[in-house]
Amino acid sequence: MDLHVENLTQRFGFRTVIKETSFVLPAGQSLVITGDNGSGKTTLVRLLCNLLTPTAGTISYRNGKGALEGEDLRGRIGLVGPYLQLYRDLSAIENLAFLARGRGEKPDAQKIRELLEKVGLKGRGKDPLKTYSSGMLQRAKYAAAILHNPDLLILDEPTANLDEAGKEMVLAVVNEQRKKGSLVVATNEAEERTWGEQHVVLA
Amino acid sequence: MLSLLSKGLVVFRKDLRLEFRSLYALNAIGLFAVTTITAVSFSLGPVRLEPNILAALFWVVIFFSAMSGLAHVFIREEEQDTGDMLRLVFPPNAVLVGKWLFNIVLLGGLCLLIIPLFVIMLGAEVGNWPAMLAMTASGVFAMATVSTVIAAIIALSGSRGALFAVMTFPVALPVLMTAIHGTRVALEGGQLADCGNDLKVLFSFTIVIMTVGFLLFETIWRK
Amino acid sequence: MRNGMWWKSFLAVWMSVVIWAAFYYAPRAKALGETTRVLFFHVPCAWVATLSFIVAAIASILYLRNARPQYDWVAYASSHLGLLFTVLASVTGAVWANEIWGDPWNWDPRQTSIFFLMLIYAAYFALRSGIEDPAKQARLAAVYAIIAGVAMPFFMFIVPRIYESLHPDPLINESGKVKMNGKMLQVFLSSMFGFTVLYFWMLRQKIALLRGEFMLMKKLIQEGEAR
Repeated sequence: MDLHVENLTQRFGFRTVIKETSFVLPAGQSLVITGDNGSGKTTLVRLLCNLLTPTAGTISYRNGKGALEGEDLRGRIGLVGPYLQLYRDLSAIENLAFLARGRGEKPDAQKIRELLEKVGLKGRGKDPLKTYSSGMLQRAKYAAAILHNPDLLILDEPTANLDEAGKEMVLAVVNEQRKKGSLVVATNEAEERTWGEQHVVLA
Repeated sequence: MLSLLSKGLVVFRKDLRLEFRSLYALNAIGLFAVTTITAVSFSLGPVRLEPNILAALFWVVIFFSAMSGLAHVFIREEEQDTGDMLRLVFPPNAVLVGKWLFNIVLLGGLCLLIIPLFVIMLGAEVGNWPAMLAMTASGVFAMATVSTVIAAIIALSGSRGALFAVMTFPVALPVLMTAIHGTRVALEGGQLADCGNDLKVLFSFTIVIMTVGFLLFETIWRK
Repeated sequence: MRNGMWWKSFLAVWMSVVIWAAFYYAPRAKALGETTRVLFFHVPCAWVATLSFIVAAIASILYLRNARPQYDWVAYASSHLGLLFTVLASVTGAVWANEIWGDPWNWDPRQTSIFFLMLIYAAYFALRSGIEDPAKQARLAAVYAIIAGVAMPFFMFIVPRIYESLHPDPLINESGKVKMNGKMLQVFLSSMFGFTVLYFWMLRQKIALLRGEFMLMKKLIQEGEAR
């Protein structure tokens, strides 16, 4: 799945946050978005996920058959971001099962268990998320984002709230994603900037 | 279409489960109804109300109970930042289907509480039960529909429910007037056929509002 | 600017003549006496209030099809005028009702309808005032206006069936006859025309004001960004 961004502009009120940005991310490549606080990293990420409607310009996802939209697109993107939360009154397993059903799949208990183990939440799957620490919540978000093996994984502040073990988990997820699909990372951490072949610097 | 319905049911079951764990909306609307009816019953003492006043009171209680709890399904998603997860995964109209079903069930459940309270605490005498139940069901159906669409606007506007009643009232006024009229007929012992016109109005109103809701929901729901 | 002067001068002359004619030229109606003169102002106000609603609803639909701020200005400005004219129609109606029915307010179907309109306008402004982002404000307000517009015909259909009316027949009644003598009709139609032009002139002024505010904000913020 290739990502084409053309002349993208986003204004909130009269304030221009993203100004005529264009880039292409071919399938299988990785992109790092950097920029100071307030430069529009999160806005760009939300635009890429179709969570915002751009003021001007286009974002299109294409594969061999043509442009992907709506239902076809929703199942191919995974997102981890500080503004994207799971249900605090549901357990991790319930959250993941809900998202799987939302994508029209039957939740696979075995797969969910393995996934939780992978992100370091083994044995905590049945506890409601409100009993989790912020680092554990971040781990649960990773499980939610990679549950459906997305073509494109988008990480906004990937290691926020995570300890060393958590960062290693993220690195494992990132390396795996880079092997099988595309990755977009919005970050200012020096180490994380090396995760992509391409760079977009927002000012 | 089928996928929309089945995904809508997924959202509905999720909301039902969340509601059973927090009981927020149920408490809000249930306690509101009980408090209001008790207050009226208490201040009236032994006085018995006429059917036209009872019918109006019945729907006023349902309306304000709805206003105290039906916006919660949408507001919770925005307050807990889970709305983006729904936007990312679910088709917009599936979300509307789920929230709509949830509010119908919630308001319908409320009526199962309110009707006995009216009979016991206010001494309401129902002349014709089938007509009464048909009016209640179709009125609740219409009320839940209007409220759900307006609730989405409210939640996305960020005004957190303060404006919910103000904005719903004018749009729900046709529902209120028709339902009060039909309920009075039912209380006075009119036949189901005597409420026929009111039922038709409520039903067509629901269909029209829901159609507009489906057409416009994506506009409301997208940020 | 010259164009604006033309509108203004025309309205000043036309409305002055209408006001004079309503009191001195038009004869009084047989049954209702001098009180009928309020009709020359009351009905046009009610008409303009309805017209504002229709214009706002159409502008809202256009805005949702194509998010140009101009459409939102029309919807917003028209709603402002709509609120003003529903109040004017209610007050003139209440004055007359007090004289004839001995009660300024009695939930007559037509009073109820205008009240319904007033509530919608009020809710529309309450919604707008709660939203900061202009694009979001315009979008959600447009959605609300359309939903209210859809509820409107139901309201019109239901009210007369439930409440009995004492209100004089609307101009174009069921039998299709106009019950006015020639002079009254002349004044009445002139007033309808005058009020309609007044509405469009005020709409134009209000939109110019909104455009001015928009341009000023844009300029200030762009200067701020450049710095």
